[in-house]
Amino acid sequence: MSQERRELLEVQPGRPPVIAPGHTFGTVTDKISSIVLNRKTPLYWFIPFAISLTLVLLFLVAVTYLFVRGVGIWGIKIPIGWGWAITNFVWWIGIGHAGTLISAILLLLHQSWRNSINRFAEAMTLFAVACAGMFPLLHLGRPWLFYWLFPYPNTMRIQPNFRSPLVWDVFAVSTYATVSFLFWFVGMLPDLATLRDRARNRFARAAYGILAMGWRGAASHWQKYETASLLLAGLATPLVISVHTVVSFDFAVAIVPGWHSTIFPPYFVAGAIYSGFAMVLVLAIPLRALYGLHDLITMRHLDNCAKVMLATAEIVAYSYIFEAFIAWYSGNTFEMFAIWNRMTGPYWPTYWLLIFCNLVAPQLLWVKKYRTNVIWLFVISLDVLVGMWLERYVIIVVSLHRDFLPSSWGMYAPTIWDVATYVGSIGLFFFLFFLFIRLLPMISIFEVRTLLPEAEVEK
Amino acid sequence: MSESYQYLDLAAIRARLDQSRGREYWRTLEELADSKAFEELLEREFPRQAAVWDNDPAGRRQFLKLMGASMALAGLSACTRQPTEAIMPYVRQPEQVIPGKPLYFATAVPETAVAMGVLVESHLGRPTKVEGNPDHPASLGATDAIAQASVLELYDPDRSQTLSYLGDIRPWSAFLGAVRESLAPQTAKNGAGLRFLTGATTSPTLADQFQTVLKKFPAAKWHRYEPAGRQAVLAGARMAFGQPVHTYYNIAKADVILALDSDFLCSGPASVRYASDFAARRRVRGNQTAMNRLYAIESSPTASGSKADHRLPVRVADVERFAAAIAVRVGVRGVDTSAGNPMLATGDTAKWINAAAKDLAQHRGSSAVIAGDYQSSAVHLLAHAINTALGNIGNTVIHTDPLDPNPVDDFESLRELVADMDAGKVEMLVIVGGNPVYNAPADSGFRAALSKVKLRIHLGLYANETSELCQWHVPEAHFLETWSDARAYDGTVTIMQPLILPLYFGRSVHELLAAFTDTPVPSSYDIVKDYWNRQHPGEAFEDWWRKAVHDGFVPNTALPPRQVVFRGATAATRPPVSGQGLDIIFRPDPHIHDGRYSNNGWLQELPKPLTKLTWDNAALINPATAQHLELQNEDLVELEYRGRKVQAPIWILPGHSNESVTLHLGYGRTSAGRVGNGAGFNAYLLRTSDAPWFGSGLNIRKLGSKYPLATTQHHHLMEGREIVISGKIEEYRSNPHFAKEKAVEPPALTIYPGYKYEGYAWGMAIDQTACVGCNACVTACQAENNIPVVGKDQVIMMREMHWLRIDTYYTGAMDNPETYYQPVPCMHCENAPCELVCPVQATNHSSEGLNDMVYNRCVGTRYCSNNCPYKVRRFNFFLYSDWTTPSLKLQRNPDVSVRSRGVMEKCSYCVQRINEAKIDAEKEDRRVRDGEIQTACQAVCPTQAIVFGDINDKAGRVAKMKAEELNYSLLAELNTRPRTTYLAALRNPNPEMEG
Repeated sequence: MSQERRELLEVQPGRPPVIAPGHTFGTVTDKISSIVLNRKTPLYWFIPFAISLTLVLLFLVAVTYLFVRGVGIWGIKIPIGWGWAITNFVWWIGIGHAGTLISAILLLLHQSWRNSINRFAEAMTLFAVACAGMFPLLHLGRPWLFYWLFPYPNTMRIQPNFRSPLVWDVFAVSTYATVSFLFWFVGMLPDLATLRDRARNRFARAAYGILAMGWRGAASHWQKYETASLLLAGLATPLVISVHTVVSFDFAVAIVPGWHSTIFPPYFVAGAIYSGFAMVLVLAIPLRALYGLHDLITMRHLDNCAKVMLATAEIVAYSYIFEAFIAWYSGNTFEMFAIWNRMTGPYWPTYWLLIFCNLVAPQLLWVKKYRTNVIWLFVISLDVLVGMWLERYVIIVVSLHRDFLPSSWGMYAPTIWDVATYVGSIGLFFFLFFLFIRLLPMISIFEVRTLLPEAEVEK
Repeated sequence: MSESYQYLDLAAIRARLDQSRGREYWRTLEELADSKAFEELLEREFPRQAAVWDNDPAGRRQFLKLMGASMALAGLSACTRQPTEAIMPYVRQPEQVIPGKPLYFATAVPETAVAMGVLVESHLGRPTKVEGNPDHPASLGATDAIAQASVLELYDPDRSQTLSYLGDIRPWSAFLGAVRESLAPQTAKNGAGLRFLTGATTSPTLADQFQTVLKKFPAAKWHRYEPAGRQAVLAGARMAFGQPVHTYYNIAKADVILALDSDFLCSGPASVRYASDFAARRRVRGNQTAMNRLYAIESSPTASGSKADHRLPVRVADVERFAAAIAVRVGVRGVDTSAGNPMLATGDTAKWINAAAKDLAQHRGSSAVIAGDYQSSAVHLLAHAINTALGNIGNTVIHTDPLDPNPVDDFESLRELVADMDAGKVEMLVIVGGNPVYNAPADSGFRAALSKVKLRIHLGLYANETSELCQWHVPEAHFLETWSDARAYDGTVTIMQPLILPLYFGRSVHELLAAFTDTPVPSSYDIVKDYWNRQHPGEAFEDWWRKAVHDGFVPNTALPPRQVVFRGATAATRPPVSGQGLDIIFRPDPHIHDGRYSNNGWLQELPKPLTKLTWDNAALINPATAQHLELQNEDLVELEYRGRKVQAPIWILPGHSNESVTLHLGYGRTSAGRVGNGAGFNAYLLRTSDAPWFGSGLNIRKLGSKYPLATTQHHHLMEGREIVISGKIEEYRSNPHFAKEKAVEPPALTIYPGYKYEGYAWGMAIDQTACVGCNACVTACQAENNIPVVGKDQVIMMREMHWLRIDTYYTGAMDNPETYYQPVPCMHCENAPCELVCPVQATNHSSEGLNDMVYNRCVGTRYCSNNCPYKVRRFNFFLYSDWTTPSLKLQRNPDVSVRSRGVMEKCSYCVQRINEAKIDAEKEDRRVRDGEIQTACQAVCPTQAIVFGDINDKAGRVAKMKAEELNYSLLAELNTRPRTTYLAALRNPNPEMEG
C-alpha cells in the first residue's frame, strides 16, 4: 500500500500528482465542505442552473403534450418505429457507465486516483440513468401502462414476455439504477456526517443528520462501511458490463439488418464507457476551473480519463470496421445493403460525421499535448458525446428506414417535440447535477483524505 | 347597437374633455360622449339586476340570501322527477333478428347508374358491410372498392340532413306546395318552362316515371349530363351501326385481347366481371398452362395496361392511328391509309402492330378489341370494324339495346339546356343528383345561366356546389335507404331494397319525380313495386316480386343480343393532328370518380393504382417529359390549356405516354364536406365540351414551389431482391420449379421439434398473376375491420392504417416498365419475429397458426413493427378512430374492436369470421368446410387472387394452391415460415415479339 501511495503522491518529472502538494486533512475537508456550507452561492452556479431549470420546464411541456396527444407528435412512423427517444435512451444509459466504472471497477483495481472524481461521476451516473429511464416509458404508446413490463402478481395471471429484450432491459436498468444509487449514497455517508457536524444552519444540520443515518465515524462503522462498499462494488462491476450488453440486445436480438449482429454487446459496452468518460471530462473541466479544484482534480485525472477514452475509442473503431467487414463477408444481400446504405444512402452525412467524431478526432489523444490541454480535452469530449449520439441514431433510424421490402422504405425526420424532449432531458440532467454540487460534497472528502501523506502517518 | 344609436358628436366630446379637470380616464369614444346609447349598452352588458354587491348598506345580507337561494335551487333541480318512459322488450322477437348474427339483404350498388349486385350485411338493422352477390352477373361474389366504400357514404355525417329553401329548413310538405304552385302555370303551357337534368340512369322505373311526367308536360325536357359518361362509346356505336347500341364483352371466351386505351379490368361498370373472366383464363395450375394474352396500348397507365403481356405507351391522339393500323393489318376494308399512317411504317411500333394483328387474326371469333370509354368515337368505330372483321361479334363482343333509356350525348344535352336557360325559356329546373355547377365543362356557361332560371331544385346526397345555387335542396336517400331498380352491364335488372330507413329523411329520385304527377306522393316502395306489377300482372306477381327482391336480380332480364350490321365508313376517320404543346388527358379519378365520392375518407385515403397517391390528384407525366421540362415530383406548375389556367402538382409516372399530362377529375371541391374540401385541384376548370377527354396545346409553367403529395409507397424497385418472382409461361413450361429455386427456405436447424398443428392451420395463398391491383381488397378490409382514416398529413408521415396494402413494383425501362402487384397482408409467420420481441405478450401465436394481436394488452413499444420484415403492422400514433361521431359508430363492425391510441394493430386473417364459422361448425359437430370462411379481402377479390383456408385440409383450395410449383414464401431466407404465400406472377408474351 505504501509503495503505491508513494507513487501516487510523489511528484515525478513530467507526471502531475494526484493531489497537489500542501494539503492536510483539514484543508481538504474545509475546501470541499465549504462549497456546500460556507461559500456564498456564486453567480456561475446560478446562471447554468437557471438555464437548466428553463430546459426542465421545456421538458415538462413536451412531456405533457406527449401524454395529451400521443407519440404521434414525434417523427416516428412505419417503418421507423423508434426514433430520437430510443436514441436518447441508449445515449444516456451509456453516459452513466463511466461513473460506475470509476467507482466500482477502479475501486476493485485499487486505482486510488479515482477518489477525487468518483463522487460526481457517480452522481452523473445516477442522473444519466434517471434521464435514460424516462425515455422507454415516454416512448410507449400507452405510457400509463408501463408497469405491465414488470412481473407483478395480478389477477389476469399474465407475466411479461421473458423472451423479449425489452423485459431484460427493465431488469437491467432498474437494477442498475438501484445499485448505483445505493453505492453513491452509502459512499456519501461519512461525508454527510462531516457536513452535519460542520453545518451551522439548523435546518441543514437536521437534513444532513437524517441523511447521515447516525454515522459517528466509529471503527465499527468504518469496518461495516468498507465491507458494504466492497460488496456494492462487486455488485456494480458486472452491471457495468451487463447493462449495456442487455441494451445492445434490444437490437442484436431483432432481425433488422444493421441490428442483427453478435458484435453489439462488447461494442456497446465500449461505446458506453467512451461516452461516459467524455461526459466526466465535460463536467470535470469546468468544475475544477470554476470552483478552483485544480489541486484535487489534477491534470493526472484528466490525463487518465483521456487514456480510457482513447482505449475505448479504439475498441469502438474496431467494431465499426468489423461491422462493415462482416456485412460484406456474410454475403447477405440485406446486411450488405444496410451497411452500404449507411455509408452512401440518404443519411450518409450522419454516418461519416459519426466516423469523424468517434474514430478520427479522438486519435489526437495519442498526443500528450492534447491530453494535457484542458481546452482540447473539453472539445474532444464534446465531440465524442455528439459522435456517440449519432452512432445510436445511425444504428436505430438508418437501419430501420430501409429494411427488407423496398415498398416499405421511408425517411425519418424529428419534429420539434423530439428536439424539445431531448434538449429538455439534458436540462434535467444538469438541473439535477447543479443541485447536487450545491447541496452535497461533489468530491469525496474522506476518500481524498486517504490519499494524503497524513494517512500514511497514521499507519 | 339599438336603433336609438346616435352618431358620435366629436365636437361635444372635445368640449367635455376641455371642461374636465385633472385626468379623466375613458375607455371608448362612446363613453366619452356619455350618450344614452352607451348607457343602454352598458346596461345590457352589465345588468344592474345581476349586481348583488352594490353599495346598498344591506348588501351583505342580500348577498347571503341570494347565495342561500342559489344553493337551495341547485339542490332542487336534482330532485326533478323525470317523466316515465317505458321501454319494451321484444315480447315476440322478430324472426331471424338475433343480436350478433348478421343478416344479408340483396340489393345493387349503382355506380354511374349501372348495377352491381351485392349482398349487404346488416347487424340489427345497421348495414355495415357490402359483399358481392355470387349469383349476379356483374359481381359473381366480388365487388370493387367503390361498392365497399358505399357504407361509409351512407353514414357520412356530412351528408345533407335537411330539406332547405334558401338555406332555411323546410318540411317536405312545404316543398311539395312550392312545386305545385310553380307547376300550375306550367300545366297551362304543357311544361314548356320545365326542365329535368339527371345523370346517367338505367332504372326502368325511373324511365317509366319520366315517360309519365313528359306525357303530362309534353313540352318539358329531360336533359342528361354525366361528366364522366361513356359518350364516345355511344357515338362510336352510332357511327358503326347507325344506332346507339350498347356493347359488352365476353372476356371468358377471348384468347387474345387488344385494349385500345381501355381500363376494362379496373374501371367501368363491368370491370369486376371482366377482371374475373380475365383472371380465370390466366390461372396456371399444374399442367393447365393455357393463358389468354392481352395487348394494351395506353396513353395513361392503368391497371389493365399493367397486366398486359405487351404494353405500348402511345400518345393519346395516336391511338386512333394505331387502331387504323391494326384494322389495316387484320384486313378491314376501306380504312384510309392514304394519309400515310406512320404506324404502318417500319420500326418497333410497326413490328408490334404486325405481330399483334397477326395474333388477333389467328384467333378469329375468340379475340376481342376493346376501345377505351374515354377514347374518340372514331377509335370505337375502328374497334367495331376490327371486331366485325375478326368475327368476334356474338362471340366475345355482344351488342344490345342501350342500358340508358335516354341515350343522348351528355355534352350536347347540356349545351341545349344552357342555351334554353340563357334564352330565358327555363322557368323551373330540377337537378337530380348531379353537381353540374362543379363539373360542367368550363366553356358550358352553366353556372352563369343557372341564375336565369326562376325556380331551381336540387336533389342530392350532399349539399354541394350546385345546391348552393339552387333555392330548394332536397336531401337524397342513399341507395341503401330506399327502393329503386337498376340494370347491370348486360341489362340484368336488380330491384334494390333499402337496408335502413333514411337516416336524414332523404327522398329518392322516384319520390321527387312522383311529386310532379301524383297526389299524394307515393312512397318509393309503391312506385317501384307498382311499375313491376304492371310488367308482371297477375296473381303470381307477389311471388315473383319476393323472389326478385330476395335474389337481388331478376332472371332473364339481360338485354337480348342484337344483330347489328356494321355499316360505318371507316375511311371517314381522320386522326387529329397534334398541335403545339403537350397533350392533355382527362380521366375520372380511379376512386372518387367524377368527384361524387369526394367526401368518402376510405376512397380518399385509398392509394391510387400505380401512383399510390392519396388525398390528391396530380398532373401525371412520364419520366422523359419530366426530364426535359426539368420537373420533379411535387413541383407546383401552372397548366395552361385553351386560355384557362389551373395550378397542379407534378407526379412522375413511369409508363405514361410521352409529352402528355393526365389529369384526374373529381378534385378541388369546395363544398364536398369536411373530407373532400380542399383536396387536390379542379381539372374541370380546363375541360371543354368539344374535347372532354383529351386535346393538345397544353403548356406547363413551373412555379418554383412545392406542393406536398401523400403517397404510400416511395420506392418501386425491387433492388435485386426476390420479392415478386415472375416469369414467362414458357419458363414455367420448361422449368416449373423456377420460383422455388429463387426463394429458398433455409433448413429448420433447431433441436426443438416444431409445433404440431393438429386441428386447423389457417393459411393464405395469393396469386400474383391474377391480382390486377384494383384495391377492392384494401377497402373491404377497411370496412370489415373498422380501420380508421388518418388524413393526408398522417399519410405523409407514413402512418396510414391499411392492414392490407398492394405493393407495386416496376421492372425494366422507365418509359414502359413491367408492373407487378403484390398484396401484402400479415404473413402470420410460424416463426414470427414480432412475437419474440413484444415485452408484454400482446402478440401471440394461436394453436391454429394465427399471429394474434391482443389490443388490450398492447402498451405500444412498436418493437414488433421494427422487427417485422414485411412491415405489415400499423400503429395508432394518435387516436385515429372516431370515437365521437354518432353516425360513424353505426357503421362499425360489431365483431371487431375499435382500437384506441397507442396500440399496434394488423391483419388478423379476419379472425372474427374464422371464429364465427368455427362456432357454427362446432354446433353441427363437424369441421369447418373448405371455402366456408372467406376473409374480407378474399371475398371481394374479383379475380380470386386471394385464397384462404385450412392448410391441414389437403383437399382444400388453399392447400392445393400452396402445393403448386409456383408457390413461394416472401423473404423465405429469413426462416419466418409465413402462412401467407405467393404464386409467382406469370405473363404470356407473344414469342414473335420477344427479343
